[in-house]
Amino acid sequence: MQATKQEKIDLYRLMYRIRTFEEQSFVSFNKGLTHGVLHLCIGQEASAAGCIYDLKKEDYLATTHRGHGHVIAKGADLKRMFAELLGKETGYCRGRGGSMHIADMEIGILGANGIVGGGVPIAVGAGLAIKYRGLNRVALSFFGDATLNTGAFHEAANLASIWKLPVVFVCENNLYGISVSIKKACALDTLANRSAGYNIPGVCVDGNDVMAVREAANEAVERARNGEGPSFIECQTYRHMGHFTADDGKYRPDEEVKYWKEERDPIKNFAKQLLDDKEVTQGGLDSIHDEVKTEIEQAFKFAEESEPGHVDDLLEGVYNQPAANQ
Amino acid sequence: MREIKYREAISEALREEMIRDKTVFVMGEDVGQFGGVFQATATLYKDFGASRVLDTPISEAAIVGAALGSALAGLRPVAEIMFVDFTSIAMDQIANQCAKFHFMTGGQAIIPLVIRTQGGVGIGDAAQHSQSLEAWHAHIPGLKVVMPSTPADAKGLLKASIRDDNPVIFIEHKMLYLNEGPVPEDDDYMIPIGKADIKREGEDVTIIAWSKMVVDSLEAADDLEKEGIQAEVVDLRTLNPLDLETILTSVKKTSRVVIVHEACKTGGFGGEVAALIMENAFDYLDAPVERVTGLDTPIPYAEPLYRAVIPNPDWIKKGVKKIL
Ligand SMILES: Cc1ncc(C[n+]2csc(CCOP(=O)(O)OP(=O)(O)O)c2C)c(N)n1
Ligand SMILES: [Mg+2]
Repeated sequence: MQATKQEKIDLYRLMYRIRTFEEQSFVSFNKGLTHGVLHLCIGQEASAAGCIYDLKKEDYLATTHRGHGHVIAKGADLKRMFAELLGKETGYCRGRGGSMHIADMEIGILGANGIVGGGVPIAVGAGLAIKYRGLNRVALSFFGDATLNTGAFHEAANLASIWKLPVVFVCENNLYGISVSIKKACALDTLANRSAGYNIPGVCVDGNDVMAVREAANEAVERARNGEGPSFIECQTYRHMGHFTADDGKYRPDEEVKYWKEERDPIKNFAKQLLDDKEVTQGGLDSIHDEVKTEIEQAFKFAEESEPGHVDDLLEGVYNQPAANQ
Repeated sequence: MREIKYREAISEALREEMIRDKTVFVMGEDVGQFGGVFQATATLYKDFGASRVLDTPISEAAIVGAALGSALAGLRPVAEIMFVDFTSIAMDQIANQCAKFHFMTGGQAIIPLVIRTQGGVGIGDAAQHSQSLEAWHAHIPGLKVVMPSTPADAKGLLKASIRDDNPVIFIEHKMLYLNEGPVPEDDDYMIPIGKADIKREGEDVTIIAWSKMVVDSLEAADDLEKEGIQAEVVDLRTLNPLDLETILTSVKKTSRVVIVHEACKTGGFGGEVAALIMENAFDYLDAPVERVTGLDTPIPYAEPLYRAVIPNPDWIKKGVKKIL
């Protein structure tokens, strides 16, 4: 599949937006404006951008605690995302959810999730609804390497397979589940091989190569839209930071972290490729950076200036209330 | 006596029991080199190695189920479930297997097993990492439910739980880990399971609480004293088995009761305690039993919001004054 110059630049911008959002979230956390835990996806932007760039608004995705990148790629409003992190009324969840529960039902974001494995059956259920309703949509399920060992993943993958649901399982293999190396938690060399046990086609791609991810994702999405059932993609990647904001990630060898940061950074490498291929000039990249930074600053400012989540109607939010005119 | 943190008291209890008994071992997510996300198993890996401090995959059902199987086959597992919220994933193994095996096998199976976990509201962990689910577990006959409020209780109760020949769920509180207090160094220091503790004596009102709400109740009691109100604070320490005798003795002394828990009200364990008081000491009461509890809502993320849904010392003081 040939990508146009514009598509490549869009993908670059998308990855850069995700990273800048995450960096600003980290700054905000360090200033004490955001509390709770933040699981940043810095270093993993290519998998979010490559998998989601070509999706339609009505397609679905369900993600994890490390989901900011996915929801940004799906088109979430950065203002409402920051506002949520800051616990504001204008946030996606009115300050009730926080980082781990950002959702936007209007554009098919079925939520980040605080439970490892929790989102996988939900994506499969969206796939069931798509098939049931005869829609030409697809549901993507994002999860980490360590999630492969949950019962929820196993049960959901089997369902998707036997019912031939339009689901794409995207396993972002960043080599660790908190401190535990995937080598200790799973006996497979290639995680994608697990899909064979469900008779689901699986591929393993360089998850830091946005074009490679996009190609694999689009093939899988096409298969789903054609009624050929689920696929599994392993994106090999790495998180630059600790598991969450309070974790220094010291259980990882220094050389390993250095290697992934310096030689396998998805954004740096893609920029170099675009420059080498003369798809863009340094000036072109600089103006993308400036535009994104301005967008992030403004979005954050919006969040800061918004009013805090309302306390007085907390209890009304527990159940859906019948509309006043009913 | 030297003072140590709650989390240090826990790792000390584990260490002492692992030294004493080679069949005691620890398993769970990130409990090894990392020392647990709350550092409650810190340094155990260094001293006992990977064969006795087992990092598991993210597989809660298998963690508890394998703990049960290992107990049936001669070991004394201490399995960690990182957040009590995730016991939901292991619930078949907890409720249908661990709790019932002894009874179902006509007493053949002996289950010396501890599930260590932690719950409660922290600082913005939101709805899936902040719950107080002790009532679920206390509702299952065959399971013991222990919830320590101080470092000393944590150590003594954990050691007793490990030595107990029944499945015990040991629920810590994430906001207590850094609290310091005096803790005996004695290897055989144990607190019997099923024994409540009067954390403060008083004549005017009985405040019954457990886990972190004991700390909040003691703070409230200090304030009330300045206003001339003497509150007695009863720390249940164990919900199942429950020390009804200590509860009733205090109720008969003060004739007024406030029950405090962080869990939401509906179906909370406070209702059980209130009913028992009604059944056994109705004639001694001078006022209806009052409950100060979390509101019936998932725990919100933002600070002003989560503070609005869980009790604090002010709520407890109001509860006391309402029935005085
Ligand atoms: C059921 C459950 N168990 C444990 C946790 C605690 N936890 C949160 S993230 C995580 C590691 C997840 O690893 P992985 O799936 O590889 O995703 P990553 O964080 O690497 O993106 C763990 C153990 C949880 N949230 N839910
Ligand atoms: Mg991972």
